[in-house]
Amino acid sequence: MVFKGKSLKGIKVDHNKTTEGSKTERMIPVPAYVYISMSQHIGAPCKPLLGPGEMVRVGQLIADSDAFVSVPIHSSVSGTVEKIDGIRSATGGEDKVMVIKTDRKQDLVEGIKPPRIRSREGFVREVRASGLVGLGGAAFPTHIKFAPKNPDEVKTLIVNGAECEPFITSDYRTMIEDTDDIISGIKITMKYLDMEECFIGIESNKPDAIELIKEKLHEQGLDNIKVVTLKASYPQGAERVLVEVITGKKMAAGVLPAELGVIVSNITTIAFLGQYFRTGMPLISKRITVDGSAVRQPKNIRVPIGAMISDVIEFCGGYRGKPSKIIMGGPMMGRAIFSDNLPIVKHNNAILAFTGRQAYIEEETACINCGRCYRACPINLLPYALCKAYDKKDIERLKELDVMQCMECGSCAYVCPARKPLGFTNKIGKQLVKEASANDR
Amino acid sequence: MIGNMKNKNNLKLIVSASPHLVSGLNTQKIMLYVVIALMPSLVASTWIFGFRAFALTVFCVAACMIFEYIFNLIAKKPQTTKDLSAVVTGILLAFNLPVSLPYWIAAVGCFIAIIIVKQLFGGIGKNIVNPAITARVVLLVSFPAAMTTWQATRFAGDAVSGATPLGMIKEGLEVPSNMDLFLGNVGGSMGEVSALALLIGFAFLLFKKVVSPLIPICYLAVVFFFALAAGEDPLFHIFAGGVMLGALFMATDYVTTPVLPPGQIIFGLGCGFITMVIRIWGAYPEGVSFSILLMNILVPHIDRLCDHIIFKVKTVKKKSRSTKKTVMNNIKEGTK
Repeated sequence: MVFKGKSLKGIKVDHNKTTEGSKTERMIPVPAYVYISMSQHIGAPCKPLLGPGEMVRVGQLIADSDAFVSVPIHSSVSGTVEKIDGIRSATGGEDKVMVIKTDRKQDLVEGIKPPRIRSREGFVREVRASGLVGLGGAAFPTHIKFAPKNPDEVKTLIVNGAECEPFITSDYRTMIEDTDDIISGIKITMKYLDMEECFIGIESNKPDAIELIKEKLHEQGLDNIKVVTLKASYPQGAERVLVEVITGKKMAAGVLPAELGVIVSNITTIAFLGQYFRTGMPLISKRITVDGSAVRQPKNIRVPIGAMISDVIEFCGGYRGKPSKIIMGGPMMGRAIFSDNLPIVKHNNAILAFTGRQAYIEEETACINCGRCYRACPINLLPYALCKAYDKKDIERLKELDVMQCMECGSCAYVCPARKPLGFTNKIGKQLVKEASANDR
Repeated sequence: MIGNMKNKNNLKLIVSASPHLVSGLNTQKIMLYVVIALMPSLVASTWIFGFRAFALTVFCVAACMIFEYIFNLIAKKPQTTKDLSAVVTGILLAFNLPVSLPYWIAAVGCFIAIIIVKQLFGGIGKNIVNPAITARVVLLVSFPAAMTTWQATRFAGDAVSGATPLGMIKEGLEVPSNMDLFLGNVGGSMGEVSALALLIGFAFLLFKKVVSPLIPICYLAVVFFFALAAGEDPLFHIFAGGVMLGALFMATDYVTTPVLPPGQIIFGLGCGFITMVIRIWGAYPEGVSFSILLMNILVPHIDRLCDHIIFKVKTVKKKSRSTKKTVMNNIKEGTK
């Protein structure tokens, strides 16, 4: 707020992208059981369409919902439905899960063919039918994003290929291996959503991906699609930062990109679209980076949705030493999970396992007022003051300091020399404010 | 319910909030960098004033560490000596003392700095004034004779006592050249005499991005232009006395200075202004310690002022909040 333009600086985080050169391996061997969660998206959970004992084949629709914010789910394997049961989810709640005993034949369901579309509505309907959610990690249903309230004003597509989280390279591998799908995905989206221009934002630490995409775009003569080289700093891939860097428009919390005339989509989401309209195969598997000091063979692999994390790690040579922390997603914003008995869901892009030293964070000490958190914050909040206000449970002060604007990127906690869990205090601070305003009503 | 709470391999996993990575820089390392940055001055003062300068500095560091250790022991608080902040306080306090000061008076200073100013207010991060500065001021008013007995530098020939340049100017004596002041060939407190050594250390801190140059720039700018306006040599006022030590190392202490850039500007300007008022019109020849101490006390008010500067921006921002509400309502209605 004080110095304009500073917000785009971001912080330097060690990239640790050791799996960069690892070509995605074919689908891991189908495990004996898969556990397909009914809540793989933001919004209402799906209702299972099949009961115990019923046969299921690859690509078959197995769960759907009538709710507006919801996405259908397809089977990633062929076999028999064992049961519909509850499972402790990564967030700690209880999710419904369909347990499928696989027959390892991987028979395809009939009727998988490239969809034919003619209209904008048809396109959005097909996007929903493909089971697509935001694959960058947010899991927001893509068909809702593609149907903004102001369709005539949305003219710009921003493809997010920043991949600013350390360790993760699955988006990068998508760019290298599925370049054609990315371009056809962009073309089809722009065509049916009636968009004029597209920007692909890629961090400068992926020069070969930038070159490759630029080359392909040039070959096809697509000059309304531009590759924007982003600074390799965290959090360039955060939606609000990306929109500001590319369009120059400030985006406050809760404002949808569509209100600024843009749609932001992850590059893997777009690549899936390209692939779906080429083959008609719904979202049943995911490219995942498996890395960290506790993984014997770090690599990128394709995993059927519903496979247990323990099965995935087994395929990567098992654990090296005793893991002390397993993270779903990247180390900056990912979720530490309590067990490796959790199924892979659509928006997983990495599984990281760490042993001792990397898993522990030093003990918290007193704040020394150094101001690093304020300088690191991409939206110029005052994390140290927020932390003090949170300690006092001073909701008015939290509101004054705009805690609700926080996007929980964790930059403040990363730089804090006193190891204060600032990201965490902001998160709970937001919760306090939400609860307080709910009580007011 | 599938019992997936237990791990197959009996793993014990840590579940904590993100981020799961932190930078390599912690409080201890920051303090270590400050200690390193103070080393050129320690070498310079040992060279200028002899071995006792080194011995007194080591004594102060040891005393500060011991006081902090004992306090934490008695108060049953977690030990904080390993964060090295007591080392920084010890060195800075020693740099503010004349080299001939008896050890016991130095020990009293360390007691005031660590126990009274720092630990009784809650330890590192909680003190409202700079411990080393406060201890120096207390010693100055309690032991005025011992605190203003200046030993001559090794280059001064046969002279036994050397006056500080600011003392000379108050008494109307001829002052040393600016080059002597810059290099440190003058009387004064142990650490303040050599501007060159202090600048080398400060350059290291800037290079390591430990401090921002905003406060020192404002401080020195005010000293420069105030002196110019008062018809005195501006370079003399920058290099003489404790301005360099104060501006570069004492006024940049994180804990007792504002965090936000506008606050830092006000702080730097205020320090420079008070210093020059005391120097030109005050009874004391030097005003650096008093100026920083006074501005330290004002920091909460400066912080509040900065808040207001920020709130002005915020009233505009509130609009976006209402749009957010409508957007969320739209989504909710859609869900129904």
